[in-house]
This record gives sequence, structure tokens and C-alpha cells, in this order.
Amino acid sequence: MRPGLRDGGRAFALIAVASLGGCSQGVLDPQGPVASAQRLILLDSLGIMLAIVVPTILATLGVAFWFRASNTRTIYWPEWRYSGRLEMIVWSIPAMTVMLLGSLCWVASHDLDPGRPLASSPKPLPIQVVSLDWKWLFIYPEQGIAGVNTLTVPVGTPLSFALTSSGVMNSFFVPQLGSQIYTMGKMTTRLYLQADNPGVFQGRSFNFSGDGFSDMHFLVHAVTPDEFAAWAAKTKGAGPALDPQSYAELEKPSQAVPPFTFGSVSPGLFTTIAGGTMPPLAAPQRHEHQ
Amino acid sequence: MNLLGKLSWNVIPFDQPIPLLASALMVFAILLILLWITVRGHWPYLWREWLTSVDHKRIGVMYCVLGLVMLLRGFTDAIMMRSQQALAAGGAQGYLPPEHYDQIFSAHGVIMIFFMAMPMMIGLMNFAVPLQLGVRDVAFPTLNSVSLWLTASGVLLTNLSLFIGEFAKTGWMNYPPLSELQYSPGVGPDYYLWALQISGIGTLMTGINFVTTILKIRAPGMRYMRMPVFCWTALATNLLIVAAFPVLTAAFAMLLLDRYLGFHFFTVDGQGNMMMYVNLFWVWGHPEVYILVLPAFGIFSEVVATFSGKPLFGYRSMVAATMAICILSFLVWLHHFFTMGAGANVNAVFGIMSMIIAVPTGVKIFNWLFTMYAGRVRFQVPILWSIGFMVTFAIGGMTGVLLAVPPADFVLHNSLFLIAHFHNVIIGGVFFGAMAGYNYWFPKAFGFRLNERWGAGAFWCWFVGFYLAFMPLYVLGLMGMTRRMQHYDNLSWQPWLMVAAFGALVILAGIVCQIVQLIVSIRDRDALRDTTGDPWNGRTLEWSTASPPPPWNYAVLPRVEGVDAFWIQKRRARLGQPASVGPPGYEPIEMPKNSPTGFIIAFFAVVTGFALIWHIWWMAIIGAIGAFVTLLFFAFRETEEIEIPAAEVARADRAYQTGAAG
Repeated sequence: MRPGLRDGGRAFALIAVASLGGCSQGVLDPQGPVASAQRLILLDSLGIMLAIVVPTILATLGVAFWFRASNTRTIYWPEWRYSGRLEMIVWSIPAMTVMLLGSLCWVASHDLDPGRPLASSPKPLPIQVVSLDWKWLFIYPEQGIAGVNTLTVPVGTPLSFALTSSGVMNSFFVPQLGSQIYTMGKMTTRLYLQADNPGVFQGRSFNFSGDGFSDMHFLVHAVTPDEFAAWAAKTKGAGPALDPQSYAELEKPSQAVPPFTFGSVSPGLFTTIAGGTMPPLAAPQRHEHQ
Repeated sequence: MNLLGKLSWNVIPFDQPIPLLASALMVFAILLILLWITVRGHWPYLWREWLTSVDHKRIGVMYCVLGLVMLLRGFTDAIMMRSQQALAAGGAQGYLPPEHYDQIFSAHGVIMIFFMAMPMMIGLMNFAVPLQLGVRDVAFPTLNSVSLWLTASGVLLTNLSLFIGEFAKTGWMNYPPLSELQYSPGVGPDYYLWALQISGIGTLMTGINFVTTILKIRAPGMRYMRMPVFCWTALATNLLIVAAFPVLTAAFAMLLLDRYLGFHFFTVDGQGNMMMYVNLFWVWGHPEVYILVLPAFGIFSEVVATFSGKPLFGYRSMVAATMAICILSFLVWLHHFFTMGAGANVNAVFGIMSMIIAVPTGVKIFNWLFTMYAGRVRFQVPILWSIGFMVTFAIGGMTGVLLAVPPADFVLHNSLFLIAHFHNVIIGGVFFGAMAGYNYWFPKAFGFRLNERWGAGAFWCWFVGFYLAFMPLYVLGLMGMTRRMQHYDNLSWQPWLMVAAFGALVILAGIVCQIVQLIVSIRDRDALRDTTGDPWNGRTLEWSTASPPPPWNYAVLPRVEGVDAFWIQKRRARLGQPASVGPPGYEPIEMPKNSPTGFIIAFFAVVTGFALIWHIWWMAIIGAIGAFVTLLFFAFRETEEIEIPAAEVARADRAYQTGAAG
């Protein structure tokens, strides 16, 4: 290989790696079991379909080019309009692809239902999420602490989220942990996630909610269980208290709010905010954390 | 009592230079055009021949003009969004503040779907369906004119919001509770709701009109299984319109009751449930996707067959696939909100249904492929768009099926991956289809072809520009970027957004090519003249009459003996066999009389809509009464039709026969 070519190849590989690196912090760089399973499903489905779509595209271009009017070496069947055998193939290729994908869809939808608890040994950590105009409130009912636009979680522990909104609909999503879910006023949705590796992950609202929407993001700090316990202990008692008065203050619209924590939380605050009703479409869920 | 409701000088955005400048330019352009019409004395002609016309061809042309003008408006929004996102990275805020940016993306969606894609498709159906069916007009010609002008009313109201007040800042779906009075106290959602209610009535009437036309009015011998595929897709689309649009109207009506009369259908408090709006919106919204794309499928079917010099492969399969899509499109809507927490069974069922709809669509792609097989493919502009579509739509369909897998949707929903997907199918499917149809039927409508070179240029710019603008969005979606962000702090997104902005510029070059194509073609119209009425060696009946066709379409109604009726006639003539119809015996023809009803009703609809948006109740009452009285006048009209004397029909037909022979 000539040096120039080798350099070119190396540059290409570098660009490829760099652009893959660009995909980090996204759904292709999962940091938990839910996100990993979802990436697998994404890639599997894509692979199955590419096997059909790429040949179809090539065949389209090939047929169109080969049967161009100026090509005198081709056949021309001006009345050819039907072939039972071809019709059979034409219907069965997409039908079989869809059967395969449909089975995958059925199994995966049940395995990865957002409200389904994870099969994992440690006891899940309950976290209550409230989307407000325009910030996130995370309440740790067992620890009696809360954070605004910052979420600290222990790795290797299932996170059991109960989510609601102070008003407008948002969507809670941490791409590297998987599954987003809508937050809606006077309703509770459920979501189970888990972080496997320590790190800092981007999270944000994925449903437009008004003028301050662009700044409605937060960082997820995934730390070891010991560090989490230490963080919770440090946070407890420090900083302001989250009670109905301070919540009313917090509820007022504000944009690009810097992260901070509450050292105590009034019990039952989340239930009050969520209004106690469950979405009618959701499977029956127990209010286990209240 | 305030006679002008909420209206005051404060609602004019004097402090915002961009909308002010844009609307000033628009008003200036409109005044210039009006002045030109006045100076040249074109008003009587315009009024007599176009504004009051009930001719389906003229109405079709006016729909397309409306769609193309709104393409410019919608694209201006698009390029502002792309440039804003290319700039507003890190600490930068770009040049559009959120309250303006939010209006732009909402307006972009509304205009492109309701006022660009819908008018283009309805326009092409209006123009071609009665011709293809071999008849003289649609079932209800005046209703057709009312439909057109009500759509134009919606367009006018939406564009008024640029200058007077504001447009919705809620996204094109206008989801409550954000669109409720509590969170959007301004007039934005009211503009959205009234504009779409008024134009929605027009669309519903189009649906009724075309279902009736296709089911009841066809040329002798035009059985269902002899109809051109475009007519089949038009039938499916209009059935969908009739079934789906009332749902949207009802959902909007409930939201209006919430906003105007303090109801609690979708509010957060008072036991409202916004999930029901989302549900109803998409019960309309998913069929809407097929309302747009099915006519495009029809156009591709016509174009691929014509330019391959072969019949469409698997006609019966195509019809079956079209009608299957028509039904299945009502069974998939929930895939627009898998992330609402409906539970595994519901999500899985709707995921699988969404995949099943890919089967008939896949069949169509294969059938077009086999139509080209063993054909003689002439690479003229309409088929360039068609092949571009087949390639692009295959990718868009694939990402769509990907999004139909609920667990995949959980990580891709509302991301730029989703945006890339639906632009992939709407630009690659609907818009490419509209452009194929525009280039294909233009000579029939105006009697001269469009310039090929500029047409091909437009196609290549759009094709390349589309990939540059939207492939980066797939990547960005996987990187975790959501839609509708006015600014962002993740700098690794910026290079991709710059590529996308560059792609938008390439698309702009495509639009410039299209404008130049039109100008150059009008300049060179004599060289591009089509005297035969059959410039593409067509297969269906519309090519068997003059270009442009006389108001009555056919001097003698054609007799249909099979699929591709005109192809059969031509083959018969080529083989020296006698024509199935004897020498024409011309008879006088009754044609519907022009009527200003549509235009006047639409005028009152604008008055009513505007008054309701601004709470000017007396004006709303006057507008409503005005529209109703106009309707009464129309209902009690004395003459409905005019008679075209046989001699005039004969003269026109002989002129065409001479031209076609020469």
C-alpha cells in the first residue's frame, strides 16, 4: 500500500472512530441493562431490515439503469403486467420480514415495558420525579432528600421511578440508561432503570413544554452504593427544606435553574402533587413508596 | 364593552424586527401583485375565469399554486430553524429568542402539512381524477370551489398571525395542557385552532365530493377494476378524509370549549385528561399520513408505468395494497405515544399493526420495480422524482418500522431520529410525489411542457439536499438530541447541525431551480408547446384530450374497455382496427355555471375566524350570518348550468384533432 493511501486509510479510520465517539452519551453508548437491551433490539431490527432494504434499493437503481430506453441490448415486454409467481414473492418477502420483526416486537415490548420491575437482586431505590416549568425535581422518599436538576443514583441498584408533572407534559429521558416516559399532571407514570457503571450521564426533557424547554436538562451522577450513602447523609439536613411553601415557590416558572438539593422533604408531597390518580391505560400499580 | 375585543396596537410586533420585516415584505409583495393586476386590468378576467370558477381543473391549479406559495413560507421557517440550531451551541443563543423560535417550528409543521402538502395533493387529485375517470366534472362543482376557498381562508388566518398577534408556541400538534389558557394565554393556539377548523371543513367537503365522484361518476365502461391506480388511491385518500377529519374537528372543538368557555376536557385540573386529546389527535394524525402519501403512490404508479412504456405490474395487487393501507391506517395511531405508559400488551399490538402496514407498502415498491423491469425507461423529470422516491422511501420506511418497535421507540421517540424519519417519508414520499405529478400533468394543464434541464437540476438539488439535511438528524437522534431546542450546550452536536443547515441551503438551490424552471418554461412556451395532448405517450384517459382540455374535458365521453384505456385506443389505431366509438356526433353539453359562492363564503369565514380569535363577538356574528346568507343565495339560485352549443364543442374538438394529427 502506498504511504498516501495508508495515511488516507488511517485518517478515515480516525474519522470513523471520532464520529462513533460522537455517538457516546447517546443511545448507542448504553450504561445500564435497559439501555443495553434496547440498543440490541435497535441493531437487530435494523439488521433484519437492511437485509431487505439494501438489495431493494440496489435492484431499483440497477433495473432503472439497465432498462434505460437507450439500452438496445435489453428485452422489452410492452404488455407484461402480471406474474402470479412474482406476486407471491412480492407479498411474502415483506410479510415474512414483518412476522419475524413482529415476534421480536411482542417479546421485547413485554421484557422492556417501562413499568416492569427489573430482575435484579438489590432492593430498588424509589425516586419520585416531578417535571416543573422548566426544571426537574427528584425526591428520594426513603432518604428524605431531594434535588433540582441533579440526580445521584447508586450503580447496580434498580431505580424505581414514579413520575408526574406540575402541569405541562414533559418526557423524562436519560439516553444512556434507556426508556423515556411522559410525565403528566395529576397522573403517575412508572419507570424502572438501572446504571451499571459509575459516570455522569446527560438527562433532559424530551417533550416540548414551553419557552424554557431547552434548558430543562440535568446530570445523572451514577456512583457506588457507598458513595451514594455518603452523599445522601451529607445532603440530609443540609440546604433548604422541601415543604408545601417552598414547593409553591419552586413551581413558579423559571429557566436554566442551577442544580441544588433539599435537605428534607415533607412526607406525602409527591402524592399531593400527583393528585393520587393513575393513568387509566396503565396496568394497576401499587403506591408502594408512600 | 370593548368593540375590538382583545385587539389593540400592542399586538403588532413592532419590537420584533424579524416577523415585522417578514410580514412587511409579504404585505408589500401582495400589494405589488394586486397593483399589477389592477394596472393591467386583469381583475375581470381573474374574477370570471378563476376566482369564481367551478371547473375542477382550474380549482386544482389554484390548490397547487396555494401549496407552492406555502412551500416558500414553510421553507423559510425551516431555514430559520436550521440556521438557529447551527448557531445556538454552548452558551450561544442564536438569533431567535424562544418565544419566536417556538412559533416558527409550530408554524412550519402546520403550514407544511395542512397548507403545502394537503393543497398540493388535493390540487393534483382535483386536476387529474375527473380527467382520468373520463368525465366532465366532480359531483359537486360549487362545493369544490367552497372547499378551495375555505382552505385559502385557513392559510390567510395563519399568515395573519405573523403580523397581528402571534402564532401557537405549542408545536404543530398543539398538545394540551400547554395549549390550554393557563399555559398559553395568548391568541397563538386560537389562530391555530380556527385556521384549521375552517380549512378542515373545506377538506372534509373535498373528501365527500371525491368519494361521490369516484363511486358514482365514471365514463361508460370504467368499472372499478379499470380505474387508473391514481383514482384508486384518490378514493382511499378521500375515504380516509371523510372518516378522519371529523375526529380532528371534534378534538379541536373540545379544546376550543376549554379555551373559550372554561370547559375541562383536557385541562390539568377539573378532572380533565389531556391523554384524550393526544389519542384523538393521532386517530386523525396517522390516517393523515396516508391521506398525503396515498395520492403520491398513485402518481408514482402512473409515472413509472408511463415512462417505462409498460402497464403497471400487478394492478390488482396495487389496488389491494391501497385499500389495505386505507383500512390499516386506522389501526396504528397509538405508536405516536408508546411513551405514555400504556402497558406492554397495548404497545406490542400497536407496534405489530404498524409493522403490518409496511407489507402493502413494500409490495408497492416491488411492483414499481417490476413495472420498470423489461421496460424502456425514459429518464425525464417525473420519473427522476419517482426513482428518487423509491430509494428514499425505502430508507424512511425502514426507520419507521424501527420506530414501531416499542422498546426502540422508548429511546428514539421525540428525538431528531423521529424528525429525520418523518421528513424522510414526507419529503421523500409526499413531496417527491407532488413534484412528479406537477411535472407530469403540467403540460396537460397549460399546454406546454416544463423545461427538462432546470427540472432535473431541481430534482438533484432536492435529492442531495434532503440527504445532507436529514441524515445528520438520524445521527443526532442516536446521540440523544431532542426536537424543538432553541439552544443546546452539547458542542458535539454542532458539526452535524451545520451539515444539516448546509443541506437546507442545497434544498434552497432546488427551490430556486424550480422557480427558474417555471419562468424559463413560460418564456419558451412556444418551443415547449404540446399540440398532441399526449406529450409523454401516456396510458390513461387524460392524455386523450387537448392540452389544456376544454372546460367540458371530452367532446364525447370516452368508452373504456380496460385498464390503460387510452393505451388500448392507441393500439387499436396503430393496428388499423376501427375505433370503438364511431365518428363523433357532437351534442350540446351542460356545464355547471361559475359561482362566487365559495369566494364569498370564504371571505365571511375569515371575518368570523378573525373575530373569534380576537373575541370581537359582534363581528363573529356578522361573519357567520354573512356566510349563511351566501349559502341561501346559492341554494335559491335560478340557473345552475350553462349550455355549450354543439357547434362550439365541434369547433374545439376539430381544432384539437387537427393539432394532434399535425
